[in-house]
Amino acid sequence: MKNADVVASVVKVATGIPGFDFIADGGMPRGRTALVAGTAGSGKTIFATQFLAEGIRRHNESGVFITFEEQPGDIRRNMHSFGWGISAWEDGGAWMFVDASPEPSHEMTIVGDYDFGALLARIEHAVRSVDARRVVLDSIGSVFSQFDSPSRVRHELFRIASALRDMGVTTVLTAERREEYGAIAVNGVEEFVADNVIILRNSLEDEKRRRTIEILKFRGTTHHKGEYPFTVIPAEGIIVIPLSAIELKQRSGDIRVTSGNIDLDRMCGGGLFRDSIILVSGATGTGKTLLVTHFVDGGAAAGERCLLFAYEESREQLGRNAIGWGTDFDALEQEGKLKVVCEYPESAGLEDHLVHIKSQIEDFKPNRIAVDSVSALERISTPRGFREFVLALTSFIKHKEITGLFTSTTPTLTGGASVTEAHISSITDTIVLLRYVELFGEMRRGLTVLKMRGSTHEKEIRELVIDNRGMHIGAPFRNVAGILAGNPVQIAASEMERLDKLFPVENGL
Amino acid sequence: MKQFVLKLYIAGRTPRTEQAISSLKEICEKDLASAYDLAVIDVLERPQLAENEKILATPTLVKELPPPLRRVVGDLSNRERVLVGLDLAVRDELEKGKDR
Repeated sequence: MKNADVVASVVKVATGIPGFDFIADGGMPRGRTALVAGTAGSGKTIFATQFLAEGIRRHNESGVFITFEEQPGDIRRNMHSFGWGISAWEDGGAWMFVDASPEPSHEMTIVGDYDFGALLARIEHAVRSVDARRVVLDSIGSVFSQFDSPSRVRHELFRIASALRDMGVTTVLTAERREEYGAIAVNGVEEFVADNVIILRNSLEDEKRRRTIEILKFRGTTHHKGEYPFTVIPAEGIIVIPLSAIELKQRSGDIRVTSGNIDLDRMCGGGLFRDSIILVSGATGTGKTLLVTHFVDGGAAAGERCLLFAYEESREQLGRNAIGWGTDFDALEQEGKLKVVCEYPESAGLEDHLVHIKSQIEDFKPNRIAVDSVSALERISTPRGFREFVLALTSFIKHKEITGLFTSTTPTLTGGASVTEAHISSITDTIVLLRYVELFGEMRRGLTVLKMRGSTHEKEIRELVIDNRGMHIGAPFRNVAGILAGNPVQIAASEMERLDKLFPVENGL
Repeated sequence: MKQFVLKLYIAGRTPRTEQAISSLKEICEKDLASAYDLAVIDVLERPQLAENEKILATPTLVKELPPPLRRVVGDLSNRERVLVGLDLAVRDELEKGKDR
């Protein structure tokens, strides 16, 4: 019997806020009050409103919104942009406001003892009227400034929280914080809602805004720990991105697909794996975008659909280049085999880009995607944010069994690794390096497959020639050393022969 | 003769409520010379009225007439402060000045 009580006490209610239920291991503890604390502008009211809105939309659960700060009219207006039609829900009996916002015309004096009996009666009345399952109190800071005694207000709010618990409703109570890393909330609010605490942050790192959500505690039940980025999207609301929590358990098939270049396929032991991520790294002009074009073309020829995200060049420029190499992007787009999405990296935050990419993938349902280049996106983020972005994106496309080709621009012309690679090379399955090779006062290009998970591949650095039909991979640079180090050195023929005898070349390896 | 319209919002019959009612009755008799109209509203029975008037705390005394609109929250145990809160103390002094 005791055990049955314990089990019953940890039932979760799915909020419907994307990603949140994942980090919350199912949702909010049902029938409890959760404190959602955050600084000004951290998204508390949006979170609270979305909690009610998704309850109505997804679970047919009515909600009561007790507002202590904004007028109901303002909330209706402000939240309309997220696609939440509060007025309609009010008319339909699914939503009810309890307006506890301060009224400037109500000049008030306090004489003697009081309680919040009227507020409690109004809340109970509202919960009964719409048969609410979810309740929001937003944000309780201003009630402290209306009344004289903080300890009295705390006590009365505690009484209301207890009453809500008795009513069996799940409650979100928001409160202000003064700093991102400090006391949980002002006015000692956490003293009476200590069981479940969620913190929203909007911190500044390297001049970039980073929104995160952290479940500090859920008493008696589990949740994922640590901060998770989230973004606020017009017409959708909060989307939590559960990056580090993503499990790397995607099955990796052994189906091979073409890279669009026969020579490269051969170097990779017969093609790329279908659900793998390929990173193509090279300095500007080494042929990354050309490889992307081949990747698109080869996919289309095999009847696959490709989604291309371009962050460095315009649609017109890409199309012109592709035509120059014999691939007609316009025709492929008309056939529905290709969709090109061109965007400035700076047009949105990295989290927003991720959400946008995902929704494009959901819409177009491609077999392969190319991102040209991921290093352009690195500009707009912190190193940690960027790594999380790549991790989330790769995990998402692997789940969909999509082949992903990412390009990365190296800062130096010859040799060297970019910061991007250091961050994401362990996440990608295959790495192809494109490098300039300076020989006899001439710039030539080299290509090598640095790694390929789960397959043998050629380890030679081959010469790459680009002409009006595209990319051709030629013979290996047999008599040059130090290409990857950025310092190619000619090796005498006799030395070559000696090395060949020392290390006989095994076929295909 | 001036007519006072007062509303006292209470949440059930508690000792605090009784204290507020008796304090208020005394003030009415002594200071308003029975020219008043007092309604006691129990928000447990009529929550919608509390919603319309945006009452949070109980007891809350609302002076609707004469203007200005004033609210006094609490058990009204201090007569002087209730009169100040209702904007009556100063008015009283003025009335007395006129009489002389």
